Amino acid sequence: MSANILKVALIGNPNTGKTSVFNHLTGLNQQVGNYPGITVEKKVGFCKLSQHQRAKIIDLPGTYSLNASSFDESVVIELLMNKNGEDYPDVAIVVSEVENLKRNLLLFTQIKDLEIPTILVINMSDRMKRKGISIDVDVLEKELDTKILLVSSRTKKGIESIKTLLQNSKSLSSDSCLDSSIIDKEYFDRLEKVFPNQSLYKLWLVITQDVNFGKVEKNEIKEKASFATKSNSELKRLQHKETIARYKFINDVLKKGYTVDKSKARDLRSVFDRILTHKIFGYVIFFSILLLIFQAIFDWSSVPMDFIDASFASLGDWVSHTLPAGNFTDLLVDGVIAGLGGIAIFIPQIVFLFLFISVLEESGYMSRVVFLMDRIMRRFGLSGKSVVPLISGTACAIPAIMATRNIESWKERLITILVTPFTTCSARLPVYAILIALVIPDKRVLGIFNAQGLTLMFLYILGFASAIIAAHILNKILKIKSKSYFVVEMPNYKLPMFKNVFINVLEKTKSFVFEAGKIILAISIVLWFLASYGPGEKFINAEQIVKNEVENSQFSERELDDKIASYKLEHSYIGIVGKTIEPIIRPLGYDWKIGIALATSFAAREVFVSTLATIYSVGSVGDEDETIKDKMRQEVHPSGKKVFNFASGISLLLFYAFAMQCMGTLAVVKRETNSWKWPLIQLFGMSGIAYIAALIAFQLLK
Amino acid sequence: MQTIATLQKGEKGIIQEFDIARVPLKLIEMGCLPGNTVELVQFAPFQDPMYININDCYVAIRKETAIHISIKKITQ
Repeated sequence: MSANILKVALIGNPNTGKTSVFNHLTGLNQQVGNYPGITVEKKVGFCKLSQHQRAKIIDLPGTYSLNASSFDESVVIELLMNKNGEDYPDVAIVVSEVENLKRNLLLFTQIKDLEIPTILVINMSDRMKRKGISIDVDVLEKELDTKILLVSSRTKKGIESIKTLLQNSKSLSSDSCLDSSIIDKEYFDRLEKVFPNQSLYKLWLVITQDVNFGKVEKNEIKEKASFATKSNSELKRLQHKETIARYKFINDVLKKGYTVDKSKARDLRSVFDRILTHKIFGYVIFFSILLLIFQAIFDWSSVPMDFIDASFASLGDWVSHTLPAGNFTDLLVDGVIAGLGGIAIFIPQIVFLFLFISVLEESGYMSRVVFLMDRIMRRFGLSGKSVVPLISGTACAIPAIMATRNIESWKERLITILVTPFTTCSARLPVYAILIALVIPDKRVLGIFNAQGLTLMFLYILGFASAIIAAHILNKILKIKSKSYFVVEMPNYKLPMFKNVFINVLEKTKSFVFEAGKIILAISIVLWFLASYGPGEKFINAEQIVKNEVENSQFSERELDDKIASYKLEHSYIGIVGKTIEPIIRPLGYDWKIGIALATSFAAREVFVSTLATIYSVGSVGDEDETIKDKMRQEVHPSGKKVFNFASGISLLLFYAFAMQCMGTLAVVKRETNSWKWPLIQLFGMSGIAYIAALIAFQLLK
Repeated sequence: MQTIATLQKGEKGIIQEFDIARVPLKLIEMGCLPGNTVELVQFAPFQDPMYININDCYVAIRKETAIHISIKKITQ
């Protein structure tokens, strides 16, 4: 089988439409995973070339050259350098773009130097006419010693010819197209003498790159060739010379086969930029877009959310009436279904968020936001590029923290990583949504604003504000010297392609639901066990004890059953845990049941709702089709006061706004910062702030 | 000294030799090389960052980088 699978690597600059080509080649037949040990996203897909042959296509992270300056870029080099690696490609497809061909070819000439059979795809060829560009493919093929395909991922033109060409991959040239050793002839001659059978360019990369592939190899070079050690500034000077040499070659080639008639070019860039990067309108538009996003999250998604909530409630009801009563049915209804309902409910919100983010990125607008916001963000020790993680953080902090990788300055990046979890992620949404619905009246303020919507908006602003303030403080405290530079490409404006947006939203939502779903499901089941069993006489004889207590009172059978169930819960394992921590959280206005939910949601915030769902389902024999919200509304303290009142509700909202309750995020921070120090600072720092804020709020409001 | 940071909106210049230690390799790879033309497309507020067109490649850089790249203004 494996003999008939051709391994293909897709390589290219960012913004060349590489992922569109990948999506066309593989369709939905793709998997997103991680490269081992690091959190760089690895996208692999399969494509049928012929009856007998398939291609395994790897979409490598976008890079401008093989001189890595980030994690993402070093993945590309590692993969292309390791001949014995599992994913070492049989063929490299370099995706370039018709308007930026000159810059794209820099990477192409480097890939050619690695002596991998290479195809050059020139994408966005549908723009050629509009931009007055003409290309002589034959001349370029000859000069660059490769096969060239003009492709338009927008109109799908040329996609089939990629497949055809891959079938004949044996015919592709694997020679390099220029001699880069001319930059320091003497040096490279000596290298060649010591390593006669090695590719000189590969050696050069091993020497210059600070990448993982080669601690051993690198030392070997140093040992064998003592002269090979050059100072960093000398190496950089040589890399500069190398770049000049490559551009000279590229310019000569393009003179022969690439012409632009500027008089025919029509440019939308300047028209859009004049408005979107305007000193005033630029910001007005950006904040309007943010408002629109929040409107979608809270308002538009409420209809599908209510539907999902009700569906799970009636599913639970149906199961409990259909299956025979017993432990298994209880586990299914109160553990599994209640837990799954707790996660499924916020799919609509995640979909909206990722939809907006991927449209903004695809269109090229996100770079303009980075440009507009850089100066303001820098004041707080952040970078303009921190805007993207902070906005993505409203969906989920995990991908947001990974999105900090393109921030070049380590200090700016670290601060962004540390403050991103303050932004309101979608896992907080179900908690906020249910608490707001319970404690904030559903009425209009000032005629037009909905009080519940305003509260949510305030919590979002609170999230951003605390991120910014925390960044400002960290910027003052942290004494890290790091070279700071900032280079952001401003891509052309493009109409987002439906297929790309769709696949992106689908992938992100899927991985989020599965990742969070695993944790929630596991916790729900464990919780159910802990809530349904208990030690000692009190739990086992609950029925008798309660009956004796209320012997003389007039209770209906249903009320009596409820009393027994909640007595059992109180003396179950989880009840004992809750009672133990109650003294710590009582000053915040919470009872022991909320305490359990608080404790479990240190795994993941959204577990709060499903925990309460499990606890209240176990603790009552009421109709299963009651929603969680109804059950929470009916909860009262022994004194008769509602458990979820204004003071305890606000206190809980604030606790969730600040506390660092997400194991997934802590794990990612640990990986990205390569130390336990930072995630622990986050965990204790943020949760400490949360406790104090909740304490003050409850004591003032009660 | 004329640098990219002294350009006004819409003005162009030719990049001169510069101290490569002060300019990120990534910018050099995007075409920031002596002899190439640079145009200032747009400023953000406080003239920082600067949105430039080097060698038909559109990028934004901070002023702190721009002041290290000397140019010769093209007078139209």
